[in-house]
Amino acid sequence: MAINERLSGNEAVSFAIKQINPDVVAAYPITPSTEIPQFISQYIANGEMTTVYVPVESEHSSMSACIGSEAAGARSMTATSSCGLAYMFEMLYIAASNRLPITMAVVNRALSGPININNDHSDSMGARDAGWLQIYAENAQEAYDNFIQCVRIGEHKDVKLPVMACQDGFITSHAVERLELIETDKVKAFVGEYKPEKYLLNPDEILAVGPYDTPQYYMEHKKAQTEAMKNARKAIKEIAKEFEAMTGRKYDMLEEYRMDDAEYAVIIIGSSAGAGKEAVDELRNAGVKAGLIKVRVFRPFPDEELVAALKKVKGVAIMDKTDSFSAAGGPLGAEVKAAIYGKVDGITAANYIYGLGGRDVRVEHIKQVFEEIAELVKTGKAPETYKYLAIRE
Amino acid sequence: MKDNLMKNINPETKWQDLTPGGNIYASGNSAEFKTGDWRTVTPKFIEEKCKQCLLCVPVCPDCAIPVVDGKRLDFDLDHCKGCGICAKVCPFDAIEFVKEGE
Repeated sequence: MAINERLSGNEAVSFAIKQINPDVVAAYPITPSTEIPQFISQYIANGEMTTVYVPVESEHSSMSACIGSEAAGARSMTATSSCGLAYMFEMLYIAASNRLPITMAVVNRALSGPININNDHSDSMGARDAGWLQIYAENAQEAYDNFIQCVRIGEHKDVKLPVMACQDGFITSHAVERLELIETDKVKAFVGEYKPEKYLLNPDEILAVGPYDTPQYYMEHKKAQTEAMKNARKAIKEIAKEFEAMTGRKYDMLEEYRMDDAEYAVIIIGSSAGAGKEAVDELRNAGVKAGLIKVRVFRPFPDEELVAALKKVKGVAIMDKTDSFSAAGGPLGAEVKAAIYGKVDGITAANYIYGLGGRDVRVEHIKQVFEEIAELVKTGKAPETYKYLAIRE
Repeated sequence: MKDNLMKNINPETKWQDLTPGGNIYASGNSAEFKTGDWRTVTPKFIEEKCKQCLLCVPVCPDCAIPVVDGKRLDFDLDHCKGCGICAKVCPFDAIEFVKEGE
């Protein structure tokens, strides 16, 4: 029987890590992810975990420690937010290119400046090209479920890449929700033991990790890395099916909400999908054919799934919880438009920047977005390249 | 991705046959890593001018001047990067540098 609990997102992820009992956790506290290393330290102090906790002096060091321990053959995990993730930036690329499947809980928070501790996606979106998988949760249940799946996905033999399991800071990480936990023996059986083919602490084989790469080899290694990221799509789906068989909870690259006959759609990532679904329900009750697409997996990018989901849609709003400062929109906007270019005919696609630095996104805001795209479709006007939602001006 | 044993990895090896992240499954093998392709100028050893004083040998940053039985041999071009220090210290003009390919 599954365990009914009431937990915050941070508690849920910490509990998942306790159940998995990895070999190493190396982490440095930063709001709002601080509770994760704090809870894990408590579990270890209480004798509930056998994990080695490495109390490092910075996030550059926490990621470096994870790289070293993962290469040594130890299943390694960490957690961070915002500037902590930014401070890891150099090492993120090392973890990915050395093909080390570290699992990292990212509790999304705005990057400074101006200094702000609240939620948006500027931290993980800034690291989107680092070669890590990125899987985003809408609520604490998904944060828990995703984290457990992320371990398997990253360690999959055709993937071998590190994974960020993202949840929205405070909104998800600190709000207490009812959720279903999986029995610890089932979690342990699901993730299995980490058995790398090659690892530094193997006394029977010689291994050097991370040697200098000359121009004659670097590009072939990058090609292998990009192919591994492509392979991750299949691994994500396979592992989600196994997870569904265990829990009854269904996961995929995207979640489509009332999209079957939708004429207007919103594409969104993370906790704001909750307000989005409420807006869709209210509009459906008023006779508007509204739907929502929640991007669960951002890396690898769900391009084919988005094309399929948008085939019959007249107008779509792509919602970015970060600005890329390209002066042409946000990262999700750019990538969705690139994915559907030449593949979805006659669709009106608008890009919105919303919810920066913890700005509340309410149901009426999403309804306003639906109204605006319906108006664009009706009048045939082209949308602005991108716009800030509910900005004072 | 093949990550069994490192066998014959060379500049013709396809991406599918390389090890993950360029990991090396052997030790003491840096001599097999050919770094001479950085070179833009190539040293020429003029043996008849050489007095075997061996001043060139210790100044080579890449140990690219092999010595056998107290005598230097021709350059190890797999590792020489063409820095020219050997030619500078040679008192007998026994080392010349020419452009790569000439």
